Amino acid sequence: MFPIVEKKVLSPTVFQLKVVAPTIARKRKPGQFIILRIHEEGERIPLTIVDSDPEKGTITLIVQEVGKTTALLGTMKEGDAILDVVGPLGKPTHIKNFGTAVVVGGGIGIAPVYPISKGLKEAGNRVVAILGARNKDLLILEREMRAVSDEVYITTDDGSYGRKGFVTEMLLELIKKRVRMDMVLGIGPLPMMKALCEVTRPYGIYTVVSLNPIMVDGTGMCGACRITYDGKVRFVCVDGPEFDGHKVDFDELIKRNRTYLKEEKIAMEEFTYHEGPKCYETTGE
Amino acid sequence: MDPKEVKERLKIPRQPMPEQDPKERVRNFNEVPFGYPPELAMKEAMRCIQCKKPLCVEGCPVEIDIPAFLDLIVQGKFVEAARKIKEKNALPAVCGRVCPQEDQCEKVCVVGKKGEPVAIGNLERFAADYERETGAVEIPEIPPPTGKSVAVVGSGPAGLTVAGDLVKLGHKVTIFEALHAPGGVLMYGIPEFRLPKSIVEAEVDYLKRMGVEIICNAPIGKIETVDELLQNGYDAVFLGTGAGLPYFMGIPGENLIGVYSANEYLTRVNLMKAYRFPEYDTPVIRGKKVAVIGGGNTAMDAARTALRLGPEKVYIIYRRSREEMPARLGEIHHGEEEGIVFKFLTNPVRFIGDEEGRLEAIECVRMELGEPDESGRRRPVPIPGSEFKIPVDTAIIAIGNGPNPLIPQTTEGLKVNKWGNIIVDPETGKTSKRGVFSGGDIVRGGSTVILAMGDGRKAARAIHEYLQTGNW
Repeated sequence: MFPIVEKKVLSPTVFQLKVVAPTIARKRKPGQFIILRIHEEGERIPLTIVDSDPEKGTITLIVQEVGKTTALLGTMKEGDAILDVVGPLGKPTHIKNFGTAVVVGGGIGIAPVYPISKGLKEAGNRVVAILGARNKDLLILEREMRAVSDEVYITTDDGSYGRKGFVTEMLLELIKKRVRMDMVLGIGPLPMMKALCEVTRPYGIYTVVSLNPIMVDGTGMCGACRITYDGKVRFVCVDGPEFDGHKVDFDELIKRNRTYLKEEKIAMEEFTYHEGPKCYETTGE
Repeated sequence: MDPKEVKERLKIPRQPMPEQDPKERVRNFNEVPFGYPPELAMKEAMRCIQCKKPLCVEGCPVEIDIPAFLDLIVQGKFVEAARKIKEKNALPAVCGRVCPQEDQCEKVCVVGKKGEPVAIGNLERFAADYERETGAVEIPEIPPPTGKSVAVVGSGPAGLTVAGDLVKLGHKVTIFEALHAPGGVLMYGIPEFRLPKSIVEAEVDYLKRMGVEIICNAPIGKIETVDELLQNGYDAVFLGTGAGLPYFMGIPGENLIGVYSANEYLTRVNLMKAYRFPEYDTPVIRGKKVAVIGGGNTAMDAARTALRLGPEKVYIIYRRSREEMPARLGEIHHGEEEGIVFKFLTNPVRFIGDEEGRLEAIECVRMELGEPDESGRRRPVPIPGSEFKIPVDTAIIAIGNGPNPLIPQTTEGLKVNKWGNIIVDPETGKTSKRGVFSGGDIVRGGSTVILAMGDGRKAARAIHEYLQTGNW
């Protein structure tokens, strides 16, 4: 069992957990992830390790409520325990001194961007961060990102904070301003990463993305997470999760991630009906 | 045995095991055969003529004293029979169910020369089940600790065998398993209706009661490397990580929604219990028309699993003919009874999907058998212009597995062959790295439970010797 020792709400649908997992805390490197299963009937879902404290033996996870398992995690409190946590999985980020690294995080994607940015900063890079969210309330880890970045640009879809617009527009502007960038790291929803790669492609800027396909075992055994990369099959769990974004077939992955839409809806409905904390009130309009 | 008695015994026909009706069983995941009741078991065991030079023992990869345990069954000493088997085989309830006996002990059975061989597998299963179900399982006496400890990586049949053998010699054994439950392919691969998971759990529990420590959620190569295990106090390491890297066909459309590897499909249904969704959270596509590609036991397992999820049709697409199918005869027979449609001499050339990327059909080509290839089987050759489509919404690829790369990638000095399988001395399981042994599918490629166990047995013997002498 893996006890939750700290829980923090970051936005209405995003929360942060510190979980006791001493070996993983000691071993993990930026870019790696874990797979967890909450209880005996639970599914296995991958989550990025955002940070760790080897002394205290804890790892930090940031979770967005998108389906049954993440919603259930959202109901767990400090003192509750997760049945299974396995990791660290995946290859660590290839971190070196590139020069100037532009790191782009969209929504929950800022969570995995943070440990990598920290690593890049520690390796001597000048780190320029572009952080995006739908609105001000949904922006996470701003303070942490500022601590590891030399420059931070913020965009929101509705303009409630920072600049109105998308992270890709901000990135394009920096490219056009001829801001030096030796590499771009972008993590967020798949359409965002795809758009980001199209922004950097014409300029030939090396662009790394971290992919989040459906996984089961996470050790290369099942192939659920396969993608087409440079025309070949790759398993994200063992060959990734980070790839040269210009070689990833995003359209295929976007489709594959919709495999269980119907089942996800059923599971969520069962969950809100039986155990969900939400109650539906009529507003009496 | 006097010739008269032999003659009498040879008159007894082979006793079939009672089993669920095919129409009934395709609607559930319960085990197909019920097992022998005691009187049938005794009758079947009577068919053994107690050969002076029993070929069946030579045919058994772990050399079970088959005539001896059959004789104990004849005498009604069922628990003793189980213990006799356990002298050589730590997992009899498993092997009685999943061993390819028709290619091993039963193949060479003298009784089988003229009629049908003695049902050794069924009887092994009977004895093991009887012992377990009557609570007669006893923990053998464990000798005082030797002070040596061994790390076993992977809790499949090879790892469990090594662990059982070594703990009985007084060594401290720790098994590291990457998944959340021990058992390896016995848990994630072989379906419930062929090997109930409660049996695997009972076998694992038996090892734990003997003192084997099992750590789940521990992917070696990631959480700790083999070198770290050796540095952190383990005197030897056994690698039994299995064939955990599914092969795909490399044809267009293979990443469409609805195309699975057999590993993924079986893991979802068996280990994660997707057949009980939404009670269990893991989903699996319940296809209306399902095609399984391949002709081995895994293909049969996948097809029979798919049948139980309520489809209209399940096909097996195999590029050779029925005679070349590597699956066990009994499995093919069960599959036929349950209504699987076999498409022999047929090979997929591409998967076709709709605009959402969901599988709609497989385009196949008909094949004919040409000259024999390296495997001795006649090579299938496509017939030009014979392409045709089979409408399906789910396809399961069961064409074999490569070795999982996690350990070889992270272990310096460990030699692998060109396919990535670990190279060992076949007699001892010794790898190119001092103190490290290996066996099972990570060495053999896709093979069987019993051969993995045979490897485990040999490796355990060699590990014991190494721990005592320190000689490599």
